[in-house]
Amino acid sequence: MRIPCPLCGPRDRREFTYYGSDDYLNRPSPDAGEAAWDDHLHLRANPAGETHDLWYHEAGCAQWLRVHRNTVSHEIYGAELVAGRKGDAQ
Amino acid sequence: MGRHMRYSGLKVFTEGLFGNKGWKPAWRTPAPKPEYDAIIIGGGGHGLSTAYYLAKNHGLRNIAVLEKGYLGGGNVGRNTTIVRANYFLPGNSEFYSHSLKLWENLESELNYNVMHSQRGQLILAHSDGQRDALARRGNAIVNQGDDAELWSLDQVRDFAPYLDYEQTRFPIYGGLMQWRAGTARHDAVAWGYARGADRFGVDLIQNCEVTGIDIQNGRVTGVQTTRGPIKAKKVGMVVAGRSSQVAAMAGMRLPIESHVLQAFVTEGLKPVIDSVISFGMGHFYISQSDKGGLVFGGDLDFYASYAARGNLPMLEHVMEAAMTLMPMIGRAKILRGWGGIMDMTPDGSPIIDKTPVEGLFVDAGWNYGGFKATPASGWCMAHLMATGESHEVARRFRLDRFRTGHVIDEEGTGSQHNLH
Ligand SMILES: Cc1cc2nc3c(=O)[nH]c(=O)nc-3n(C[C@H](O)[C@H](O)[C@H](O)COP(=O)(O)OP(=O)(O)OC[C@H]3O[C@@H](n4cnc5c(N)ncnc54)[C@H](O)[C@@H]3O)c2cc1C
Ligand SMILES: [Zn+2]
Repeated sequence: MRIPCPLCGPRDRREFTYYGSDDYLNRPSPDAGEAAWDDHLHLRANPAGETHDLWYHEAGCAQWLRVHRNTVSHEIYGAELVAGRKGDAQ
Repeated sequence: MGRHMRYSGLKVFTEGLFGNKGWKPAWRTPAPKPEYDAIIIGGGGHGLSTAYYLAKNHGLRNIAVLEKGYLGGGNVGRNTTIVRANYFLPGNSEFYSHSLKLWENLESELNYNVMHSQRGQLILAHSDGQRDALARRGNAIVNQGDDAELWSLDQVRDFAPYLDYEQTRFPIYGGLMQWRAGTARHDAVAWGYARGADRFGVDLIQNCEVTGIDIQNGRVTGVQTTRGPIKAKKVGMVVAGRSSQVAAMAGMRLPIESHVLQAFVTEGLKPVIDSVISFGMGHFYISQSDKGGLVFGGDLDFYASYAARGNLPMLEHVMEAAMTLMPMIGRAKILRGWGGIMDMTPDGSPIIDKTPVEGLFVDAGWNYGGFKATPASGWCMAHLMATGESHEVARRFRLDRFRTGHVIDEEGTGSQHNLH
């Protein structure tokens, strides 16, 4: 499996550390309540098919990527930098 | 129960005399009825054991198991077959203890040879800290009423002389042995429960995929399937790696992420590894099947996947761990590798609970340890579905425990699905 890092180009899966679904990007406010935090941290759509998830390019540019890929075929459609996303605080 | 055949040594002998013409199929192949008292979605180990104990322990007779493929084609037929009761935390401890007791009587219970072999499991320690942790875990296991022995380096060396004791990176300090742990023939467990359930009149319906869950006024009324709609007031979702998809049919999001776990087997060899052995520095565990193959596995591939096959980096990692622990294994040839879809929860422990939908129950989140749970999972899920109350040994396996903070995080790795 190769992930096309926007900064480094296509790189071996071994260079990346997986975190989980991109639900992690939608962080609720501290006082959003238990249900919102439960949803954010634990509950998942867990799709069989296309998904977006977060990978850290540990052995490369040390950037977080949001990868668009398929959980059934392992096909990878693309990847974007988390830091560069519109409306993102960082 | 006239039409049911009892298996015995004598039966094998007499059948042999008459050309083995008297054997009958082990279960019926019924068409689905329009309505059942209870439906179990999923014909893996847990779905079949749930159906069996619903009939056996609670007297229900009008039950169906709906399986989208064939019985035992999921994880129950893909695992490395380790059965043990050496968990530490309350919740897991009493549950797996109960499960092991059911294993010990399973063959006479089912009149089926599941080849349960209590050959022991040895977990290795590679540092003082690890040895202390094993001592603590051993005490907890003894307190729960099960067996554990803390072994010195010499005891380990006597028992398993083929491990690499010379290497300096991961020296072996000792180990924790549980003699009542061991292995079983995974397919036979599915077949044994299937045959047992069929004897009580449970309809086992294969090639029947559930495609929808019917809910009216917050109550389940039945399911939609590829073989038509079927009604039932009680429905159990027991679909392991596919739990999120089936729960989504009822509008639910589960605390589950599905991951692929691989396993491998070598060509058949003469007896060499007596017990299950688990490496303490990296995820690697090995045993020898009765056919002679060395069966072993490692960690998840670590990314969400439904592919039921893994990638090469984890294969390489597992082989490296194998070579580090027992260099002799380099002489064996790998025959096959495969993968299964694991329903990973944020604390590594399972869920056996009601859902917000009346009459709809969930048994899921087995991570990669659900084979050993097969008897107790069915026992407790049946109890829940029949009585509406959680069984005592499964009462902590709640669906809402992540929200309430009552997590059962055996490895202490935090709320990330793939870290357990
Ligand atoms: C490589 C590997 C090694 C493992 N090693 C061990 C081990 O050593 N010890 C241990 O204790 N555990 C181990 N496990 C874990 C264990 O195998 C699982 O936790 C357990 O088998 C899951 O329960 P099950 O048997 O009911 O699942 P499954 O056999 O997967 O049953 C679920 C069934 O549901 C069916 N299904 C899914 N969706 C639908 C639908 N919509 N309609 C109808 N049917 C549906 C599937 O086809 C499947 O047959 C391992 C797993 C793997 C993959
Ligand atoms: Zn990069």
